[in-house]
Amino acid sequence: MALALTEPDRLDGFLSWTDTPIVKLAEFGLVFLLAVHFFGGLRLMALEFFPWSTSQKTLAALAIASAFLVATIFFLQVI
Amino acid sequence: MNIRLYVLQRITALIMAPLTLGHIAVMIYAVQDGLSASEILGRTQGSIIWFLFYGTFVVAVSIHAAIGVRVIVSETFKFVGFTLDAFAWFVLLAMLFMGGRAVLAVTLL
Repeated sequence: MALALTEPDRLDGFLSWTDTPIVKLAEFGLVFLLAVHFFGGLRLMALEFFPWSTSQKTLAALAIASAFLVATIFFLQVI
Repeated sequence: MNIRLYVLQRITALIMAPLTLGHIAVMIYAVQDGLSASEILGRTQGSIIWFLFYGTFVVAVSIHAAIGVRVIVSETFKFVGFTLDAFAWFVLLAMLFMGGRAVLAVTLL
């Protein structure tokens, strides 16, 4: 990121490389794993801090993840 | 992982939860028509808001990741004591340095 200031041409070269399909696929994997980590972490903290049963927590995590998926798909279409 | 690290891990997770959603939203928006150095700087340069947003993110992520990697290294490679702590500190400082440099470069400098 610091190249944006010091060597913008080098950063732009790198950014155009990231437009290739294989990198896009890798980025998809990265964002997917981040989302898994995010919602898994929310579930873990709910398990630790709330007096809910385990199945309630799993269902709650599934509900939030599904809602987030739907909202994100909508958001991707409108922006 | 002792109680202090455990609490730090949970606090940084709670700090990052909204920041992560914000980051993903900005990322999805920013890559719509491709990225360029000038576009990034146009959005971030001189912005105290982005400095605070990503500055907080970098600090929280560095602490969170160092503690997380410390656990994995301890379980997988059986590092203990000084070696384990030194490794975790190295991860923390390396991430703080790289992240801090990136945030400073695109916001304040």
